[in-house]
Amino acid sequence: MSSTTATVGAPKPDERLRLAPRPRERRYSHGRTLRYVLLVLFLVFVLTPVYVLLVTSFKGAGDASPTSAWSLPSSWTLDNWTAAWEALAPAIGRTFLMVIPAAAISSVLGSMNGFVLSRWRFPYANVVFTLILFGMFIPYQAVVIPLAQLLTVTLQVPSGIPSLIILHVVYGIPITTLIFRNYYESIPHELIEAARVDGAGMLRTFASVVLPISIPAFVVVLIWQFTSAWNDFLFAVFFANSQNGPVTLALNNFANGALLQNYGQSMAGALLASAPTLVVYIVLGKYFIGGMMSGSVKG
Amino acid sequence: MSAVAARSGTDRAGASPSAPADRRRRRNRRQYLAPLLLISPSLVVLAVFVYGLIAVNVQTSLTDANDAATVTGQEPSSFVGLANYVALLQDADFQHSLVNMFVYTFVFLGGALAVGFVWAWLLDKPIRGEGVFRSVYLFPMAVSFVASGVVWRWLLNSNTGDSASGLNRLFEMTGFGFLQNEWWSNPRWGIAAIALPAVWQLAGYVMALFLAGFRGVPEELREAGRMDGASEWKLYRYVVFPQLSPVLLSALIIIGHMSLKVFDLILSIADSSNYSTKVPAVDVLQYKSSFEYADAAAVGTILLLLVALLIIPYLVRTARAEKNA
Repeated sequence: MSSTTATVGAPKPDERLRLAPRPRERRYSHGRTLRYVLLVLFLVFVLTPVYVLLVTSFKGAGDASPTSAWSLPSSWTLDNWTAAWEALAPAIGRTFLMVIPAAAISSVLGSMNGFVLSRWRFPYANVVFTLILFGMFIPYQAVVIPLAQLLTVTLQVPSGIPSLIILHVVYGIPITTLIFRNYYESIPHELIEAARVDGAGMLRTFASVVLPISIPAFVVVLIWQFTSAWNDFLFAVFFANSQNGPVTLALNNFANGALLQNYGQSMAGALLASAPTLVVYIVLGKYFIGGMMSGSVKG
Repeated sequence: MSAVAARSGTDRAGASPSAPADRRRRRNRRQYLAPLLLISPSLVVLAVFVYGLIAVNVQTSLTDANDAATVTGQEPSSFVGLANYVALLQDADFQHSLVNMFVYTFVFLGGALAVGFVWAWLLDKPIRGEGVFRSVYLFPMAVSFVASGVVWRWLLNSNTGDSASGLNRLFEMTGFGFLQNEWWSNPRWGIAAIALPAVWQLAGYVMALFLAGFRGVPEELREAGRMDGASEWKLYRYVVFPQLSPVLLSALIIIGHMSLKVFDLILSIADSSNYSTKVPAVDVLQYKSSFEYADAAAVGTILLLLVALLIIPYLVRTARAEKNA
């Protein structure tokens, strides 16, 4: 949303067009009306599930009839929210405990790898980089059977948050490496060359020249890792249960576990479970998009 | 970047002929020691957790470890070659999973690319409120599939007529009652309904990719087209769109490989045991829960092969393009 305000506040080239009419102006504005109509229609499509989530989460038992499915609550109640909060609060706490170390550790590893792979190349660095990247795309189903053996039996890592931290760190390395590498490619080479000429070793260069200018990349990577670990469900299903797992698992159990589905509570729960990532998106959207775009490899 | 690599390469080459060979080697070794030290924790971990585990998984898939006794090691498992793969591919249920996966891929890929492209195109030229549209279109990306599954399960409720809720009720209310259907409960096409929320969540991502592509088309190119008297449509058709093919390829590969891995949405909207929305990625969980580890490993390997088919050429191409840049 920070990017939103920036765009809205920026000078609008359209304004000038309107002040100085040209022959083409009329057709152009017709096109623009059509564009607006389409954009607003799509906006409605995207926001429809949000409307349903919000409205249903405030509905009481009296609004359970399908005929009032799309209407506003006849009386607004917070009961669903309290029930969902009671059910999900412990899992939300656990998820924070999982996501923060996972994001921090994988960012540090990513910055080290990214620096080496962009600035201090060794023979076959490109091959190594490609091999690292492949880890980002593998279906984890292709490793999950031996992974359970390795983590739970061989390494004796407890199920739940400890296992998941390790998994998010390990399988987060490819994307964090990629984002940092692309970032370091984009900073002026002279900076690092200068340190090298001054006789600084690689570790010295990394610590005193590179790290201080890496903050933007760290923000992008931390946000990206925070969001993807928070939203992860696959690892949670295999390496945790609803008592020791993250909020996605708890939400799924809360929403689909009961015999009779209580949509009001489920939807309040879905909103609660999404609140942290949504806040991050709204406050730091620009960086979120930065991370997302590097997922397409080219960066 | 490659300019720097090339420059330092020539520096080194320029300095070396005068220096004794062994000193040069020692210097090179020392030069590579620190970077290797920095990167080796990650390399070791990935070697084990990605490549090592893939190897063990393939090995498991070639055994008969398909019951609780062998899986827990009480009884030894033995090598059976490709028997599990052959049995899976002949199994009607697994064929159903594969067909579902391709139907899902087709709908998800087509939908996300089309919608994302249209959004980017609509936003290409400056328009008031662009940031609002962009942020709203993109926001579902920040939400987990599980959370959006909660609301889509409601929207895609299969009840019709008087008991209809969700989208069916909306159709009923707006006079489009004939559009009502059983959504993901349909055994043949149910999986296509799961692609709907997936499109909702990822069309914004495709839009962001295409928007970057649109904005990357040099203004001079468009200006030249205008000078030649091209209409707006022709300008797009012959000048702008052709420039977008690399973006299209990226989007195709990223969305395509995601759709092979669909898991979260199916578990949260339907269930892992639901027949109409069965796909290989979910089968792995089912096989694992019933101690059919070899089958689970075989399905995982099949998935990996499909993903590798898409991703490896893409990664190699990207690496080559960078080298030549």
